[in-house]
Amino acid sequence: MTLSDAEIAFQSGEGKQSPRERMQKLLHRYPSISPGIVLLISAGVFWFLNPNFKDPFNLSLVIQQVAVVGAVAIGQTLIILTAGIDLSCGAITVFTSMVMGRTAFANHLPGWQSVLLGVAVGLLCGAINGLLITKVKLPPFIVTLGTYNIFNALSLLYSTGRDIGTNELTKLLLWTGSAVKIGSFSITVGVMIMLLMYGILAYSLRFTAWGRHVYATGDDIEAARLAGIETKRVIFSVYLVAGFIFSIAAWILIGRTQSASANNGIDLNLDSITAVVIGGTSLFGGRGRIIGSLYGAIIVGVFRDGLTLAGLAPYYQSLAVGILVITAVSIDQWIRKARN
Amino acid sequence: MSTKPALEAKNLSKTYGNVVALSGADLQLYPGEVLAVVGDNGAGKSTLIKCISGAEIPDSGEITLEGEVVSFHRPQDSRAVGIETVYQSLAVAPALDIAANLYLGREIRKKGPLGSIFRMLDNGAMKTASKDHIASLGISTIQNISQAVETLSGGQRQAVSVARAAAFSSKVIILDEPTAALGVRESNQVLKLIERLRERGLPVILISHNMPQVFEVADRIQIQRLGKRAAVVTPKTHQMNEVVGIMTGAIKVDEKDQTLKPVR
Repeated sequence: MTLSDAEIAFQSGEGKQSPRERMQKLLHRYPSISPGIVLLISAGVFWFLNPNFKDPFNLSLVIQQVAVVGAVAIGQTLIILTAGIDLSCGAITVFTSMVMGRTAFANHLPGWQSVLLGVAVGLLCGAINGLLITKVKLPPFIVTLGTYNIFNALSLLYSTGRDIGTNELTKLLLWTGSAVKIGSFSITVGVMIMLLMYGILAYSLRFTAWGRHVYATGDDIEAARLAGIETKRVIFSVYLVAGFIFSIAAWILIGRTQSASANNGIDLNLDSITAVVIGGTSLFGGRGRIIGSLYGAIIVGVFRDGLTLAGLAPYYQSLAVGILVITAVSIDQWIRKARN
Repeated sequence: MSTKPALEAKNLSKTYGNVVALSGADLQLYPGEVLAVVGDNGAGKSTLIKCISGAEIPDSGEITLEGEVVSFHRPQDSRAVGIETVYQSLAVAPALDIAANLYLGREIRKKGPLGSIFRMLDNGAMKTASKDHIASLGISTIQNISQAVETLSGGQRQAVSVARAAAFSSKVIILDEPTAALGVRESNQVLKLIERLRERGLPVILISHNMPQVFEVADRIQIQRLGKRAAVVTPKTHQMNEVVGIMTGAIKVDEKDQTLKPVR
């Protein structure tokens, strides 16, 4: 038997698996299963603790409360999928909301012009992060730690320490806060925009070459480069798209708070990372589903709301969120072992 | 058999600062042969291959592909004219499935507006084509084309890399230490794949440190020493210890013996 006649039989490396290993593999393959389960269980428990939880008014409130962080988490997920991180996402959101608010109040621009200017500034902020990471070759953590402070300072300087109230804003800017009745539920335009963005990005990640390149770049950047992917362009594009998403989140933020203030949304930086991590996206890149981040944001909202309804003091909310984050990352580490 | 080289590199030089990596290196690859390139560390074999695959730009010298002068500035350039490279580092994206890896960087989009406007990938077409590529190389144990690559063994992953190269290469395949990360058994399987490629008539350049492997599959062996070609021998006419002797400079080779004609 010559070499080339022989059957080329590679060992598959897959032997018998225990139920635990099978579970590990399943979660590895479908990373949004675990946050989905956590969401269902926590909703069930809070319903049991306080029947008012299931009230349509309350559930509508939960989803309205997570609209902004849910939107920011979309951009954060994209970045984390490429094994990056954005500590400046909240600062970009607040800064662009100040741009939208102040151009309406101080420059009397029509609504659409304020929104467009805000979006342009969001894109610019994302481009600055992206350029510093791909051209100057600084680590994303350091770049965004720096720009977090810079964008924060710019918001405070630009706002001149003055909040812009509801009657000083244009109708279009406040539009994202207007309610839409669906049965007995009442959601806002902002929530719908957030859900629409999840839809678009979920599609792009799953069904386009760009999405595939985002995963490949985060998974193993050297392998992606050798396969002919322009990894720098992919990374830059991700920060740019994220900048756009943050500016839309800023618009939702104005609608939600019915104001523009440099003090709005100061927790967005870390809350968005929390949502992404609870949603099962790996901080090491290349693994995760964008829909998981929506689950993650809603889980945090459900916990905060449910614990309040259960009559617990607000600091228990932080306690619960902290435990959730650590549990989520532990599960991620365990799932990642399935790879070997 | 044709005596015109499929790929030829003439007088390539490359320096990095004071370090001379290549000083007038030549290479001739004939149609349908497996040419092994061996050499000690620093003999310039990697740099030579990088120049041919477009990963490095030579300072001087020229590369001709089927008689036409080509110049590469990026790895994509060499790929565009039909030269594919397989790297030792198992260059696959672990979380993506086999079909996605085969088509990574050259995805097929759906026809019509779904593809042109919505940029939708044609996963069905890529899967079907991937199955054919894998089957045509006789890789029987990869059953499920939708399997994530991380569930595969090292040998299977390298088989995916080789299948990717074979699927898109029309002129030359370069294998850069393809078995360096693999065990004995899996290495043998990759060697079998190299034989399959030769049966198809695709010329292969194999860079390897592993002498027994080189002697098993190569038609000719090019020995690099000090940035240039020291000799070209065949496994039939030379022993392993002679090759090692030339590699280390213990055996001197005459200028006229340096360009052995093709043996196949």
